[in-house]
Amino acid sequence: MAILIIFVCIKQVPGITEVRIDPKTNTLIREGIPSIMNPMDKNGVELALEIKEKHGGEIIALSMGPPQAEEVLREALAMGANKAYLLTDRVFAGADTLATSHTLALSIKKIIKESNEKKYIVICGTQAIDGDTAQVGPELAEELGIPQITYVQKFEMSGDKIKVERVFRTEEVVIIEANLPALISVLKEINTPKHPTMAGIVDAYDKKEVIHLDAKAVNADKSKIGLTGSQTEVWKIFVPERKGEHIKLSGTIEEISNELCQKLKEDKIF
Amino acid sequence: MSIRIDDEICTGCGSCVASCPYGGIEIINDKASITENCNLCGACVEACTVEAIILEREEFKIEKMDISQYKGVWVIAEHYKGKIHDVAFQLLGKGRELADKRKANLTLLILGADFDNQLEKISQYGQDEIIYVKSKILKDYYSDLYVKILAELIQEHKPEIVLIGATPTGRDFAPRVSKRLHAGLTADCTGLKIDEETGNLLQTRPTFGGHIMATIRTPNSRPQMATVRPGIFKIPEQVKKKVKTTMINYDFKEKDTVTKIVKIIAREKSRINLEEAEIIVAGGRGVGSKENFKIIRDLAEVLNAEVGGSRVAVELNWIEHDQQVGQTGKTVSPRLYIACGISGAIQHIVGMQGANLIVAINKDENAPIFKIAHYGIVGDLHKVIPELIKQIKRVRAEETI
Repeated sequence: MAILIIFVCIKQVPGITEVRIDPKTNTLIREGIPSIMNPMDKNGVELALEIKEKHGGEIIALSMGPPQAEEVLREALAMGANKAYLLTDRVFAGADTLATSHTLALSIKKIIKESNEKKYIVICGTQAIDGDTAQVGPELAEELGIPQITYVQKFEMSGDKIKVERVFRTEEVVIIEANLPALISVLKEINTPKHPTMAGIVDAYDKKEVIHLDAKAVNADKSKIGLTGSQTEVWKIFVPERKGEHIKLSGTIEEISNELCQKLKEDKIF
Repeated sequence: MSIRIDDEICTGCGSCVASCPYGGIEIINDKASITENCNLCGACVEACTVEAIILEREEFKIEKMDISQYKGVWVIAEHYKGKIHDVAFQLLGKGRELADKRKANLTLLILGADFDNQLEKISQYGQDEIIYVKSKILKDYYSDLYVKILAELIQEHKPEIVLIGATPTGRDFAPRVSKRLHAGLTADCTGLKIDEETGNLLQTRPTFGGHIMATIRTPNSRPQMATVRPGIFKIPEQVKKKVKTTMINYDFKEKDTVTKIVKIIAREKSRINLEEAEIIVAGGRGVGSKENFKIIRDLAEVLNAEVGGSRVAVELNWIEHDQQVGQTGKTVSPRLYIACGISGAIQHIVGMQGANLIVAINKDENAPIFKIAHYGIVGDLHKVIPELIKQIKRVRAEETI
């Protein structure tokens, strides 16, 4: 009987809630900022675990990044993923979302081909907290030629059919059905990820491994990966300047209120 | 593909280090040196004052695209219950400016079912042309149909720039279209400009939770696609002009789509829509109690604003979870944000620093919120706000005379 392969795509990101700006140089202070698993990807791993528990299958965690991104894959293994693959190679660096999704697709295609399984689902976090693009999921679905449903906050599956709740806009959610294989990108509302157990952590280091794949292993065409395979490029990075001055209003409460009203009027608030 | 430093030229000034968001470059023995964190983004290349950093792309025999064939600016409309989303009109305003710079046409694309009677009204936002793809099924949003139609039309008409609202819908189909066309796409832009020298679209967007801004370009291929946050650009004044309208009929059936819409569920009406609010009055720990939050709501009422709050206010059950602004809540970009009794932890700031104008009222003059507030009031909010409400009412009353 065919088993379900549950792919979860994971990105290692800096824990930006702890990012500070150095007021003197106006740049990011990076010292001591931990690297973490992108929060919505963690929801993705949790969903994979829930799917596996109900329907069986094998969870494969995937990431592309520098060698140290192995840490987040270990974490996924500790949470309960069965296997982990890290796409790591200097030639993958500098990738925009087009090149990233291509590279991830190569590994998924390779794994599917080798396992002879046709039934699979790909789970991504809707967006990462560093880049915030939300583009890799849909681009990956396109490359794999499978349906996509993004912004998913509820998930059900029966047989080959998935039924999900997609947040469409503030006033509306849409319930959508699709057949597997399919890609979904999840929101944090979908579940609350559980911490790995002690046994899980031990297994992640002792019994499971993170398999490294380089460009050769996935048979990558160098014109489609990394910086060369990217269409967009960063031209400039800068720390946003705060608009205007920071004025402390002073005087009696009446004077302050009056001054603020005038300022708001000047700014055409009313 | 590689990055290297020319040690002969490098002065060790460190401006590259400051420009790098990844910790990918360091100064060692007075010379810049690339670390393994480098992801070849190229920010340092621009930052280097003496052109000592060289980023080389390996040249492959990729057919160079003839980008001169691409002309015109397209805006893709999104709609809801038969009404075009405002972001499309906002993009037409910006799109006009870009199209004029490129001496090209501005086109609005609508994929819908029932816009025949509205076309005249919709055509008054400065566009030269409307392409209206009509199919019954397009009353609703279908990811795959949007992708198919847009990819085909873009291939046929070859616009130079394609702008899309960065809504959950726009951010669903735009990446897939870009992948199908192998076109560069920049997400969630807050600034768009034409580079005078090259004619490239310079797309600026916040990244790293808004701590830094990145300007992205797509120099070697077309179209240049961008999604843009709603509320960033202003809706242009309406103008009457002759607009060429092309209607394309598609006979799509439900079986033509791989996904099936089972049900559309409206969420509760009372749902607070902070993301689209023009003005937000937010309260934090300093408000003091659930009862005291009334004062925040009162101020919001005179300003016709929404009420938000910090994580603390939610945890203490003073306000609802969907009113929370910040890292674990909503990211908002109103015209005016009034932070009352909010100290300004970074987790809160990342959620509201996109506000055009920030006013802070806080007892503690050292509260970090004052560092980002344009107007700071050091004082007791329970005394300041009632007076403020009084004065706003007075100013309002004067205006109506």
